[in-house]
Amino acid sequence: MSPSRKKVAPVAKAKVPDKRVATKAGAPAKAPAKRAAAGNPAAGTPRTVNEFMVLALVMESEAAQRYAEFADAMEMHNNREVAELFRKMAVIESRHATQIMEEMGWEKTPPLPVGMPTWDGFEAPETAPIDEVHYLMQPYHALELALANEQRAERFFARLARVAGTDSVRKAARALQAEEREHVELVKAWMAKVPKPDADWANDPDPPSYTD
Amino acid sequence: MNDIAAAVALTPASFKSGYKPIWCPGCGDFSVLSSITKALAKVAVPPEQVAIVSGIGCSSRIPAYTSCYGFHGVHGRALAAATGLKVARPDMTVLVTGGDGDGYSIGGNHFLHACRRNVDLTYIVMDNHVYGMTKGQASPTTEPDWDNKLSPGGTGIRAFHPLVIALASGANFVARAFAGDPNGTADIIAQGIRHPGFSFIEILSPCITFRPEQREWKQAVHPAPVAPTDDPARAARRIMTDDGFNIGVLYAGERNPYPLREGTPKGTPADLEAEFLL
Amino acid sequence: MQASTTMQVPPKPPGASASISIALAGSGGSGVMTAGTLLLSAAAKAGLYGLMVRTSGPQIRGGEAAALVRLARIPMDSLDDRFDLLLAIDWQNVNRFADEIPLAAASAMIGDPDEGEPPEVFKASGARYFPRSLKKTAKGIPGSWTNMVALGLAGALAGIAPEALEAAVRDSWKRSDEALKANLAALHAGIAAAAGIDGVPRLPAAKLTGTQRWQISGNEAAGYGAIRGGIRFVAAYPITPATELLEWMAPALAKVGGTLLQAEDELASVNMIIGASYGGVPSLTATAGPGLALMTEGIGLAVSAEVPIVVVDVMRGGPSTGIPAKSEQSDLSFAVSGLSGDAPRLVLAPTSIADCIATTQWAVQLAEATQAPAIVLSDQFMGQSRAIIDRPIDRGFAGKRLTVAADTPDYKRYLDTASGVSPMAIPGTRGVVYTADGLEHSQAGIPSSQSGDHRLQLDKRERKLAGYDYGDFWADIEGRGDAAVLTFGSTTAAVREALARVAAKGLHVRLIALRLLAPAQPERLAAALEGVTRVLVVEQNHGGQLYRYVRAIYDLPGKPASFRRPGPLPLRPGELATAITDWARARAAVGVPS
Repeated sequence: MSPSRKKVAPVAKAKVPDKRVATKAGAPAKAPAKRAAAGNPAAGTPRTVNEFMVLALVMESEAAQRYAEFADAMEMHNNREVAELFRKMAVIESRHATQIMEEMGWEKTPPLPVGMPTWDGFEAPETAPIDEVHYLMQPYHALELALANEQRAERFFARLARVAGTDSVRKAARALQAEEREHVELVKAWMAKVPKPDADWANDPDPPSYTD
Repeated sequence: MNDIAAAVALTPASFKSGYKPIWCPGCGDFSVLSSITKALAKVAVPPEQVAIVSGIGCSSRIPAYTSCYGFHGVHGRALAAATGLKVARPDMTVLVTGGDGDGYSIGGNHFLHACRRNVDLTYIVMDNHVYGMTKGQASPTTEPDWDNKLSPGGTGIRAFHPLVIALASGANFVARAFAGDPNGTADIIAQGIRHPGFSFIEILSPCITFRPEQREWKQAVHPAPVAPTDDPARAARRIMTDDGFNIGVLYAGERNPYPLREGTPKGTPADLEAEFLL
Repeated sequence: MQASTTMQVPPKPPGASASISIALAGSGGSGVMTAGTLLLSAAAKAGLYGLMVRTSGPQIRGGEAAALVRLARIPMDSLDDRFDLLLAIDWQNVNRFADEIPLAAASAMIGDPDEGEPPEVFKASGARYFPRSLKKTAKGIPGSWTNMVALGLAGALAGIAPEALEAAVRDSWKRSDEALKANLAALHAGIAAAAGIDGVPRLPAAKLTGTQRWQISGNEAAGYGAIRGGIRFVAAYPITPATELLEWMAPALAKVGGTLLQAEDELASVNMIIGASYGGVPSLTATAGPGLALMTEGIGLAVSAEVPIVVVDVMRGGPSTGIPAKSEQSDLSFAVSGLSGDAPRLVLAPTSIADCIATTQWAVQLAEATQAPAIVLSDQFMGQSRAIIDRPIDRGFAGKRLTVAADTPDYKRYLDTASGVSPMAIPGTRGVVYTADGLEHSQAGIPSSQSGDHRLQLDKRERKLAGYDYGDFWADIEGRGDAAVLTFGSTTAAVREALARVAAKGLHVRLIALRLLAPAQPERLAAALEGVTRVLVVEQNHGGQLYRYVRAIYDLPGKPASFRRPGPLPLRPGELATAITDWARARAAVGVPS
């Protein structure tokens, strides 16, 4: 805003909200090609319920960790509301992880089965991409992020429910798909209670600061 | 070297100090920090036997966010400090971290010679094509036409190609990774640590504050279509036609690493007197 | 005496030149810096002067931040002892700035009740608290921002006319017309919210005189002064807090036909400007402590080869990486002596943001005239703060090199002359080619290890600086009395204000603010100290660098005393007035334990 200076490098210009590609239906990054060879859709998928649950556990743990990181980062940038929201989400995902461990009788996370995971993107489907946060983001954005995560997780389990090699795994996948469906509805309900952001939510009239 | 029980107990969390990073939310460096801790857990070296040396810049803040021994030195000189540390203390596992400004501009000379000297270090550069901490000037890897305040209209200078320089100067392990792929990056870092000699890993790590367009990098990166080679000539041909977004290990060679001191000394100062004695 | 780091806030003295100090605080996205800058601009339009200092947390964006503004009817170059008003858009981590925002019972605090109570540390001052729903007000005017409400509120309390506030917003506006309308409405809502808040000193309206005013930072001022002096080549490497100086110069130089080149590091930038200057083009670079440390070898080369360069050091907290975004006067020792060998050089220090123009311009003149390197000691406080100043008169300092004509027979580049300055051949001039050298050399410029040559060149290089007639600009000498305060740089304004306060109480103390620190000016200082029996040296560093320096190179009367404190906190007039009074009235001069 200083009269004698004009901005050169655009920082938080309008593009930011539209660029969060991964919130749109499943547009994944070009991931390391760990997908099944064309002939066998079950290749690379869990063969037993045990293997399947390890995958599910990893998904929840990674998601929880990512939300916790986001909460810390938001806290450091004085975005208290969103920090609290992310912290809640981290707790919820942690609880899912703990539930899985209790059900399976595990004391610590077993090692991943060989040849897994086979995510579509670089990270597990329920993990929020690291670059889809903004220091000025509002609670609605955080919930949008969570919604996309849950939807991706649901699609992941839906796919396994179709193509997994054994009946027991397909059954387990259907069950978790249903759970994720519930989560999707929960997040949607949450979103309905939260105000939508203004058009200029990303506006910060102040220039960046020097630190070092 | 390590107690098996202790090694088994190491997880990525063992390598985190708990200090909350001040990086902007969305910064690629969060991922790299995570990858480094995963890699260290993989190679199972206890945190007190790891030293992380850094220069100046956003990414150079990493040592304090780990529970390893850290040295936050001056701008561009991390490799020199790390070389001194490793040569004097060969038993330590030494990682060097920094950004593209720190490493390729003011640190350029030291980069060249660290590759040449081939001391057993692992150098991790978080490349975001900008000087972030000083608010947005061009770095050596910035595109020539990127408009900024210090070089209005862009520098007009061709971007530096760090993998070419590393390979040509003698580094024994040359790789590129992407911050958006923390597990893949962790693997590459672990490989680099295990590989003898100077391991150089360039990590594309977007700066969403000064280069928000780098969010597109996750569409641009792709796994390198060929396996790593130990033939420098083949690696050289490959890197000269690289598009800047190939992810993977380019070169894992067998160049002799710098010979580090081994064992206990055999002489004492008294043994030196003979030279002067009449 | 070492100044304590915890400060008692002295009561506002009567009859002090009326000023109002306002702190605007808030975190990520609240726009307090912008509001502070607009407040400053509005004050200027209302005929006032002012100073704005920024402070922020370690985050690059979204961090806690405060704009510290002081407004008055006369130019302001120092912060006051306390703030009359602290207006917080929110309180997140604002307690971090408690040291920088001293409050007293007479102060007022305004906060948004939706953002919670003011932190204890501010409440403890006894300042009165007035809640105002700033966010709700902005929300009630769609498209408007909270910082505009804050601007209106603060401006109204300071007594700035609404027209001036509006004009400042309009002039700076870069967005849509509807947004402007909404934010002007928010501005006026803020003005209205001032009702019911009492006890905040209001500045009497100032008459707009014909003088043009500028709003400028110290970094911009130094850059502008450099161009006025004739600089046309700059090599740049970014470093806090000097980067803005270089970024300002990039397009400015292009406009006047000069060039800026980004270097790979400070070793390169100092050598680049030596190369350009060797080629005949007056050259400059800007850096901070760690960069200056890297440049020392190059500066030594400029000394030996007699190539003029100007290096602006925007001092920050040291040593080493130190405190990059905070001010300190701790590079003085390094600037005056930090080179290998006997290496005389020019060291100058501007005394205010406005003075950055003239002093840098002068540095160019001196460097060119004496064919020597000049270090200009600015600092983060001046460099990154903004002030309203009168449009500066041009003192006419301009770089002019003594050159030699083509085909001059028997040309010797390093010829011994009475002044010590040897005519310089500019590359491209026929018949007078030479090789410049960092090696010691004969008069002809041939490398030499002979004692005679070494002695002659050392004498010449010293003489050319010592013998130059620097005129009256070498220091600001003000006041009368048998006691004198010696200082330099940004502390000058606080000292000046302190001395005005003690003079009002009948104690007269002279001020000597050194603008030229090296070479020494023994006759001029002796004249300035005529009748002075006691000297107090004031500075913002830990080791008493100016104190030790002046005692080393000058004969000072009595037992000189030292008042010093390292950064990051600025020295304030009230504490200085107390210290000066105690010292001046003490029977025995207070000395520094050695």
